[in-house]
Amino acid sequence: MRLLNRPLGRLSRYRRGPLAGLLVVLLGLLLTGGLYAAFSPASASEDNSAAQIKQGHQLFLVGCSFCHGNNGQGVKTLDGNQLGPALVGVGAAAVDFQVGTGRMPAVKPGPQVPQKEQAYTPDEIAALAAYVASLGPGPAIPTASDYSIDHMTDEQRQEAIVRGGAIFRTNCSACHNFEGSGGAMPNGGFAPKIRGVEPKYIFEAMLTGPQAMDNFSNGNLSVEEKQDIIAYLQSLQDNPDYGGFGLGGIGPVSEGVFAWLLGIGSLVGVATWIAAHTARSSKQKAES
Amino acid sequence: MSDHLPESTSGEHAQVATQEPIPDPGLPAHQWRPTDVDPRAEKRAERQVAGLFGLAIVGAVGFIASYVIFKVGDHPDTIGNLGASNVMLGLCLAVTLLGMGAGMIQWARKLMGDHEIVEMRHPASSSQEDREATVSILQVGLEESGLGRRPLIRNSLLAAGGILGLLPIVMLRDLGPLPGDKLDHTIWDLDTWTPEMQAWWQTQDRTLQRVVRDVVGTPIKVTDLELGDLVNAEPEVMFAVDAETKQPIVEGTDLLVDKSKAAVILHRMLPSEIVSEQTRNWSVEGIVCYSKICTHVGCPISLNERTTHHLLCPCHQSTFDLTDSGRVLFGPAARALPQLELTVDDEGYLAAKRDFTQPVGPSFWERG
Amino acid sequence: MSLDTSKIADTNSGTAATAKKPGKAGAVAGWADDRLGLATLMRKNLRKVFPDHWSFMLGEIALWSFVILLLTGTFLTLWFTPSMSESVYEGSYSQLRGVPMSDAYASTLHISFDVRGGLLMRQMHHWSANLFIAAMFVHMMRTFLTGAFRKPRELNWVIGATLLLLGILEGFAGYSLPDDLLSGTGLRIADGLIKATPVVGSYMSFFLFGGEFPGDVLIPRLYILHVLLIPGLLLALIGAHMLLLVFHKHTQWPGPGRTEQNVVGYPMLPVYAAKAGGFFFMVFGVTALMGALLSINPVWKYGPYDPSQVTAGSQPDWYMGIAEGLLRIMPNWETHIWGHTISWNVMIPGQIAPFLLFGMVIGWPFLEQWVTGDRREHHLLQRPRNAPTRTAFMAAMVTEYGLLWAAGGNDILATHFHWSLNSITYFMRTAIFVVPPIVFYVTRRWCIGLQRADNNRVLHGYETGIIMRSPDGGYSERHLPIGEASAYTLTARQRDEIHEVDSDVDENGVVAPGTRAERIRAKLSKGMFADNVQKPTAEELEEARHHAEHTHELESGLDHPASGHEFDDHALRDADDVPLRQH
Repeated sequence: MRLLNRPLGRLSRYRRGPLAGLLVVLLGLLLTGGLYAAFSPASASEDNSAAQIKQGHQLFLVGCSFCHGNNGQGVKTLDGNQLGPALVGVGAAAVDFQVGTGRMPAVKPGPQVPQKEQAYTPDEIAALAAYVASLGPGPAIPTASDYSIDHMTDEQRQEAIVRGGAIFRTNCSACHNFEGSGGAMPNGGFAPKIRGVEPKYIFEAMLTGPQAMDNFSNGNLSVEEKQDIIAYLQSLQDNPDYGGFGLGGIGPVSEGVFAWLLGIGSLVGVATWIAAHTARSSKQKAES
Repeated sequence: MSDHLPESTSGEHAQVATQEPIPDPGLPAHQWRPTDVDPRAEKRAERQVAGLFGLAIVGAVGFIASYVIFKVGDHPDTIGNLGASNVMLGLCLAVTLLGMGAGMIQWARKLMGDHEIVEMRHPASSSQEDREATVSILQVGLEESGLGRRPLIRNSLLAAGGILGLLPIVMLRDLGPLPGDKLDHTIWDLDTWTPEMQAWWQTQDRTLQRVVRDVVGTPIKVTDLELGDLVNAEPEVMFAVDAETKQPIVEGTDLLVDKSKAAVILHRMLPSEIVSEQTRNWSVEGIVCYSKICTHVGCPISLNERTTHHLLCPCHQSTFDLTDSGRVLFGPAARALPQLELTVDDEGYLAAKRDFTQPVGPSFWERG
Repeated sequence: MSLDTSKIADTNSGTAATAKKPGKAGAVAGWADDRLGLATLMRKNLRKVFPDHWSFMLGEIALWSFVILLLTGTFLTLWFTPSMSESVYEGSYSQLRGVPMSDAYASTLHISFDVRGGLLMRQMHHWSANLFIAAMFVHMMRTFLTGAFRKPRELNWVIGATLLLLGILEGFAGYSLPDDLLSGTGLRIADGLIKATPVVGSYMSFFLFGGEFPGDVLIPRLYILHVLLIPGLLLALIGAHMLLLVFHKHTQWPGPGRTEQNVVGYPMLPVYAAKAGGFFFMVFGVTALMGALLSINPVWKYGPYDPSQVTAGSQPDWYMGIAEGLLRIMPNWETHIWGHTISWNVMIPGQIAPFLLFGMVIGWPFLEQWVTGDRREHHLLQRPRNAPTRTAFMAAMVTEYGLLWAAGGNDILATHFHWSLNSITYFMRTAIFVVPPIVFYVTRRWCIGLQRADNNRVLHGYETGIIMRSPDGGYSERHLPIGEASAYTLTARQRDEIHEVDSDVDENGVVAPGTRAERIRAKLSKGMFADNVQKPTAEELEEARHHAEHTHELESGLDHPASGHEFDDHALRDADDVPLRQH
């Protein structure tokens, strides 16, 4: 076979190639990750759980208790408004979503807390999640087997996308718009843009119903149906914009704005050009 | 300055004319363009125009090339994450058209005759003579037809014309059936079912119609739902499948018609949060069921805030209170959102006790 | 400098084209004329004069957009299936493969993904529809603001208004054809609007949809309206509109040599034909550019229509925006009487208010004509500032339109500016009654101020920016007279006359019939014209000139008299008459 007949040392010829460094780093990373997974003690997390909860409680007291109470029981203001809701029973998934997407800790109370930079490291988030999960039973952080769609074959994925589209349009698009661009909710609230959000967070959002969003627990939309939705959102992301720039993906409002500003604007410009008098010369035509 | 006003000026207007402060200096003398007097500028303009037309040719060739090269559909080539076929065809077409347009305009501006010419206007009206002649011809026609002298003919003709005008209106009757009481019921009401649906129902051996998840059609147990869950649901008959043919029993247009009235949402809240007596009585362990069709103009509504249990319509923002019999909180809708009386069937699945007690969707005259 | 207009020949001056020997083309023309006799007509019209101004080409944008709509629309009909029969999609767009959908939607996907250039044509069709109606609006505003609707053009004003209404109807029908989620939601709303009609609402709905919404006949019915009936009407009315334009000849701006009796401009052949033809290609090109680069109505993302689905940001195309806005901000009034329902909350915004607003704009010219009692023909345009009340009315209507438009996109405003949806609605409910009157007042005063400034230019000249100090220490700005042509142009307008009621009663003390109407007319006339600034009279001008000479004499005694041209390029110019704009 030709492959075997190749002279040895062929690989080394590429060691100075432009991508060689990257490849080596990737290999190294894969190797360490794999080794870590193989050798790290499986029981480590259980042993550490008490310590983790303790660490989480410390973090909670510093960063969260002002609004959610020292024991996560929630805080009401004097005039009866809820400053921060009770966190008993919201589960680790809610913490992982809220803190992982940077929504929590909130800068200020309001109709809706927006997404921002993460304030905690992944370890700290895990500790916070462990603490809140210890307050009462709630949904655990989903694993990759829950939200990942990588295990699907092309055919399965195709079916999931088609099913996911129908589920998405029935359950999600009313608030989040037809391609996940987001939409308005009453009194200053809004459904955020969900295009390009990590599958894990999409899964957690459906599972826990963050802030004013409804729950789509596993009893409501099964894990498979959630994966269908994730597959559909992914496919929207993967598709090119067939018709040109998407204009924000918010429907006819931006189309109307472009028709007026760009269309009518440029055509009025052309009309001005047509009607404008050209430069004049002070010279006279000899014959005339 | 008298030429500033049309001939038919009345006395007072003529007076005004005498007060014109500045007389009309008349058309200014013609000024030549550089292209008229400078042969080099003329040549340059000529080349510009030809260049633009040349660009148009390049665009057209590019269009044909793009048409052959780029496929659409399954495997779109992309340019900057845009569909290559659309972008290339469009850009080439634009180059062709803009090249031709700009070339023609530039030609007219720079090289074509440049003298403004004057055309005189005439009043829109015909001459008095023509008017009088026409009127007299019309009168002769009227006389000769005898229309004025024979009222019997005139009136019977008018009557015939009027009745003829009615015919097209009468013929429009078959555009559609009469509404009857169709708007008052939905397929939550088993009595409105077609024989096929009835036959299927016989095989099910149950009395209550289940509320099932939309899209997938699976029935729902109380324990499936957690606090704050929102389920977009339908009556189960929509997902009924004929045992023999494996074909859906309701499909096509019928399915859409039924869906446009029967779609519902389920929402679970704490029973203590429920305000009105009706909502409490018609709920199952804090699970309430409402029509998904807005009472304003009929958009499907499912934008729920689980913290407040306020349901918002995405079309015109009517907001309904799910804890309080679907009361209107905000927006243009006048009627409360109809609630569906919910119960649990023998096998523990959520089911409808009966149809909505009022018509769903937008108001109409007969609705009361 | 002054030229007698009669000496300006209506030929192309020294370079008049002399007809060459009839060649081959001449032979063909002769053959045609032998049979059609068109030469007489063409002789009159081929050199028809069109005045040049950018604002005269706005209607042309609409005309060319309509031609583009016909061309692209015809292409689309070759594949579009106007049917609501259901089939399972098996085309190229994999996200929807296997989904049951109507043939209309499936064929729209087919055009977009399986016909080369199909998506481009769809997008160009939709963009040019948006441009068509937008151009009609700006054309209408131009006609309104310059008074071009006055006698003898009132009928063309009405034809234009009908065209606009038909265009909007045509647009809505087209928007509904693909049977996607957005268009279906639009039809659902239309169904709600129809059902709100008192007494016959549900009957009308059942007749239109051939049964209960959505039924299976609506799209074929809309299709025949969209491709045959309405375009036919549009075409006929556009023809009438253009014929009247040719018959009346185009209006023009006043200026030296441009009077009510003539029209000055370029001849149709060749200059105007080339410019108009070139403009067609430019409009087509811009539409192609938009179709190439800007996605419009991506129906594949909306999915097929399903009455239980909806998307956030469900909006109609922009021209239906005000109806949408009205629907959104309307309070929820509904009357229940003797077992019947009157849905004011839907009827007023959907069936009454848009037509009322539109009717006000259409009716204004007739109101104005009644108030002024002006029966003369008008071919010279008015600058918007010289009709302050009319201009202010249009500004108020545009403001109202804009507010309602914004109200129709209140959810988009809410998300993009982080405002509260509810607050926007409450604000709009008040604003549509409060803001337009304020805009009306401000615009009117603004126009009158501009009129005053114009008069100052005519009487005292323009401001040079040179400040002079008199021997006794007073400061004043040096003014220089404007050119004769500019001054003439500024004064080439008619004086407003205020209508007065002659006498309430006749000699017998009996109130004359129609006096009430006459009083209203007099009141309106006073309100519309009394505050306007009239152009200076010949005496005023004479006095101002005298005054200027006097000042000049005083200044000439100074050590360093200023000419006023210290900082401009006057010395570089050859022409002694500087055009108005360059001061």
